[in-house]
Amino acid sequence: MDTRLRVDDVWKSWDGVPVLRGIELSVASHQVVALIGASGSGKSTLLRCVNGLVSVDAGSIWLDESLDVTHEKTNLDDVRRRVGIVFQSFNLFPHMSVLANVTLGPRKVLGRSRDEARDAALRLLDRFGLVDKANGYPDQLSGGQQQRVAIVRALAMEPELMLFDEITSALDPMLVGEVLDSVAELKATGMTIVMATHEMSFAREVADRVCFLSAGQIIEQGTAEQVLTDPQERLTREFLARFLR
Amino acid sequence: MSADVAYVDPARAHSRKRKSRRDVLIGLGSLAVFVLLVGVVVSRLPGWPVVQETFFNLDEFVSSFPQLLSAFWLNIRIFIVAEVFILIVGMVVALARTLQAPIWLPIRVVATIYTDVFRGVPTILVILLLGFGIPALDLQGVPNSEVLWGTVALVLSYGAYVAEVFRAGLASVHPSQRMASRSLGLSSWQTNRHILLPQAVRNVVPPLLNDFISLQKDTALVSILGPIEILRRAQIDTSMSFNYTPYVAAAVIFIALTIPMSRFADWLQARTQKQRRAAATV
Repeated sequence: MDTRLRVDDVWKSWDGVPVLRGIELSVASHQVVALIGASGSGKSTLLRCVNGLVSVDAGSIWLDESLDVTHEKTNLDDVRRRVGIVFQSFNLFPHMSVLANVTLGPRKVLGRSRDEARDAALRLLDRFGLVDKANGYPDQLSGGQQQRVAIVRALAMEPELMLFDEITSALDPMLVGEVLDSVAELKATGMTIVMATHEMSFAREVADRVCFLSAGQIIEQGTAEQVLTDPQERLTREFLARFLR
Repeated sequence: MSADVAYVDPARAHSRKRKSRRDVLIGLGSLAVFVLLVGVVVSRLPGWPVVQETFFNLDEFVSSFPQLLSAFWLNIRIFIVAEVFILIVGMVVALARTLQAPIWLPIRVVATIYTDVFRGVPTILVILLLGFGIPALDLQGVPNSEVLWGTVALVLSYGAYVAEVFRAGLASVHPSQRMASRSLGLSSWQTNRHILLPQAVRNVVPPLLNDFISLQKDTALVSILGPIEILRRAQIDTSMSFNYTPYVAAAVIFIALTIPMSRFADWLQARTQKQRRAAATV
């Protein structure tokens, strides 16, 4: 299996406070990796380093073993074209219709024609049960619908890797299910996914591998079954005990 | 009664309606009494006839009004031309101040100095400086029209204010919008163009209208250079009759234009707030 993403000894600090301390992570094509850990453990920062929103202090991050995201000469727009990210707070563009949100990237970045981008967007929206919302605006949608549109918006760029940054944390519990279903659907198509999440049962269901982060380090990783039901490290056990209580 | 239909007790609906009708009547009645009282008191003041003769002389009003109105046409033209250029200058300067790359430092510095200087200097001073100063240079190929230089001065002065309004508008768009846009691979310029500016402009329409109401009045400042716009016209009429009614008439004309614009600005502001509240509840 080829390696889609390799994070090699990455360090990052904010104003002298270390956030990532020597992260090593390797993700194969079509793999789904879940990052778990308390708030502030570095999950979000790690994801943002992968698509170049945050620049690392040391180490390197490789896409397909060929493009180093952290290299000074790397064009980050190229990286972001290949790596999709969905945020906790949706961040849809409120002044644009759902369709315009989804087609903006393909039209302006990939150079697709209006019709081409529109047809592709409608197909994607249809797949995620949102086609009847195509002409609606973000503020007319529920949180779950907005987050699904955000997923579709990232997918429309045909990324080779998707990053999910706690995408259900801002949602009403009633709406979490529909968003998780979308992620499961995405896994079924073979998408490579790295997701920071607090949904342990979902991680167990879809993740091929679970990594537990604490204070900027990966303390433990393995199959979902191993890490979530039979953790070897004290910190992992303590975290899960607090979570599953 | 099916539960998915809004249900209001008919008796309660009736009493609410009666109460709101009563509130309107009380308001109007109280206003009428107030106006009547003020009218009676003012008209009985010992000085009132003189005041009326000097400021509210109907004959003077009627005779000066048509000329004032046609002179006002010049103010409107100055206003419209200035407004278009102010929007352009304001937008360009606001965007210039957002340029981050080190190579653009000179442009950023120039834009910053421009806003600092022209917000600090009184508009009338800029008008005098350009309107009398530039023709005095007697440069070849440079027009001497006082209306032109008066308008340029208004553009420079108001452009600085409007640039700051646009800048505040850009700052009012949440940083996560830029992050989301850049994450899609859009460049900094594309992000400005498609994501930040449209939202910024929407946010600043009410304060912009406020500046334009102010600009409407300040077109009268150009009168100091000599062109016969409405204020100069009123001044001429007044000096011929020693009656100040033409000034009042000019004021009425200004108000007739600014009041609809003020109400429009209020309406827009209320609508924007309503939209924000609606968006915030999702």
